Amino acid sequence: MQSERRQAQSDPVWMKWGLTATATGVIAVLVLIPVINVFAEALSGGIGVYWRNLFADPETRHSIYLTLTVAPIAVVANIIFAIAASWAIVHFEFPGRTLLTALIDLPFSVSPVVAGLMFVLIFGLQGYLGKFLRRDGYSIMPYIMAGIAAVAVIAIHSIMQHRQLPSANRKSHSCVIVVLSGVATFAAVLIIQLYFHIWPEHQSLKIIFATPGLVLATMFVTFPFVARELIPVMEAIGPEEELAALSLGASGWQTFWRVTIPNIKWGLIYGVILCNARAVGEFGAVYVVSGHIEGKTDTMPLRIEKLFQEYNLPGSFAVASALTLLALLTLAAKTLVERKAHAIHTRGAHTRGGIR
Amino acid sequence: MSIEVRNISKSFGAFKALDDVSLQVPKGQLVALLGPSGSGKTTLLRIIAGLEFGDPGSGLVLFHGSDVANYRVGDRGVGFVFQHYALFRHLSVFENVAFGLRVKPRRERPSKSEIRQRVMDLLKLVQLDRLADRYPSQLSGGQRQRVALARALAVEPKVLLLDEPFGALDAKVRQELRQWLRRLHEEIHVTTLFVTHDQDEALELADRVVVMNHGRIEQIGTPEQVFQEPATEFVMNFLGSVNVFHGRAEGGRLRFSNLEMHAPDLANGAEVTPLRIFVRPHDWTFETHDNGTPCVRATLRTVNAAGPKVRLQLVTDEGDVINVEISQERYGELGISPGSAAFLAPRDIKLFKDQKDLLATWRVAQDVTVEEERLLSPEGP
Repeated sequence: MQSERRQAQSDPVWMKWGLTATATGVIAVLVLIPVINVFAEALSGGIGVYWRNLFADPETRHSIYLTLTVAPIAVVANIIFAIAASWAIVHFEFPGRTLLTALIDLPFSVSPVVAGLMFVLIFGLQGYLGKFLRRDGYSIMPYIMAGIAAVAVIAIHSIMQHRQLPSANRKSHSCVIVVLSGVATFAAVLIIQLYFHIWPEHQSLKIIFATPGLVLATMFVTFPFVARELIPVMEAIGPEEELAALSLGASGWQTFWRVTIPNIKWGLIYGVILCNARAVGEFGAVYVVSGHIEGKTDTMPLRIEKLFQEYNLPGSFAVASALTLLALLTLAAKTLVERKAHAIHTRGAHTRGGIR
Repeated sequence: MSIEVRNISKSFGAFKALDDVSLQVPKGQLVALLGPSGSGKTTLLRIIAGLEFGDPGSGLVLFHGSDVANYRVGDRGVGFVFQHYALFRHLSVFENVAFGLRVKPRRERPSKSEIRQRVMDLLKLVQLDRLADRYPSQLSGGQRQRVALARALAVEPKVLLLDEPFGALDAKVRQELRQWLRRLHEEIHVTTLFVTHDQDEALELADRVVVMNHGRIEQIGTPEQVFQEPATEFVMNFLGSVNVFHGRAEGGRLRFSNLEMHAPDLANGAEVTPLRIFVRPHDWTFETHDNGTPCVRATLRTVNAAGPKVRLQLVTDEGDVINVEISQERYGELGISPGSAAFLAPRDIKLFKDQKDLLATWRVAQDVTVEEERLLSPEGP
């Protein structure tokens, strides 16, 4: 019996060693040696040179600063988007739900260069919106800001609403309140901006070849990461704990902060780590929308490429090593979180089972 | 607090989960909602809790006589215990129980030390005070169940609603918890509704049993009532095992299987057919010879003597399979084995017409005569 089972389960010895050797070899050649080499090259002139390469050059300094600005903005925007999207997908039935789930994955399959080109076509000064952006680009900003504020108010309201599980008459009643408060917020924020002339008038608003374009491109490329992590986590947890919190008298906000967020915490952190790693290292989409203006729109990956093209190998490798270090830290954090999340998950599985 | 449900219906798409259900639960009672899965019992419980709502315009839920349609679940004063407990997995046992107190508005919230006192009292009540610092994942199923109960009781609910409270537990723990819940109810006397598909649980625990099927209430009554006087064939079938026969009544005589007996009063001697006849396994008198009592002749096929009762399976020449339970003593006296001839005299017969309403309950006395105890639908067909 035992020997039969072993035969059925295991492959021949040559195969075992062959596959292991192949895998190890590929990892060594493609990953390990290049990573070590990056650090070796970067540090070949000594620590002093390395430091100067990284921080003495104002353009390089700016690229680090820019990456550390763009990535967090994209990550925060994606967290908000991901919580909203996964909440909607898990909790509600609505037309287009399947389509939304599919579209979340789109950035995984679209080439980043194509994504960058899309943004250039739409937001470029020669693009569809170009005429408007050139003439009086900022005039749209009050509306955008007012819109964001209104959406935020409505979102907060409907989270509370969802928890109230309204009866028929309560539903129509509260719908009116939600719509009214949204409209009121929109009007108030809009009027304040217009009255105080917050935004410059009759100036062109640069999106492409400027920081907003970088943020947009980075967001597009990274937005599946958090949502992809959250949707299965939320689905696995199910609505029961939230219902339990409500039945104990918690409000919608209390339920969200005390039950939902702690439950999705590790999934969220994991998603954020992955998203951040990609946001920091993104090259293709950013390359197209940045325009390579030195000291203005060069992020770290773009800076590396430029230094490399200028035959400044030590400089290029220094920035590359910084980026690699960031990646290694991400990997460590990811592994740690994975372990923690796994522990929580198995604990959760037991909670549902209920075997003594 | 008393609960009343008036004409509630609930559909999920084309499926009717509840069909015009009305129910009254007096204050302080322990009531079981009993039915197979899909009978609508959990839906009814969730509608009472305010976790779900009946179809628009379909009916009312009244607590203490007043409509609660505009109260959300947290404001109804109900404690709800979920089937899979739904404990907060990231909180300790103590924090789970304290949750309902901590989320109260500042004005009503007890002080830290009061919360501590209340939670520890509750944990003592459910005998878990030593495990206050554990997490749900570190508890057994029975312990989780008790934490869920303590958590629901922490907000001092006026109504306690339990969804399959012992569904996920093994038989032994289930038995213990059942008795413990009964004692707890006697101690705190909160109006309690619990959902179950286990008829033993309902019959043992509840003051009143509501038997449900296909989104309708089949019968409401005390455990004795629903067991002894089932209103419908479904109730008879669901509460314990039965032997079913097709039969007919004609000219004052009742026939089923190979038995024929005198029944002069049944439907005043008029012909009733088809008739469905139910006899519970423990309602047979087993004899090895014909003593003149109306009886079914059968051959013993299998014997299972493991357990407090001996379970016998017999088969008649006509092919009817009959399950019979007799006491161990009787089994010893009879000295029977598979293949023995048997004469089975029914002691308690229930007759149903058209798969539905109870037509009559018969107690057959030990002598030859047949006595009709009552005729529940005297107008008859």
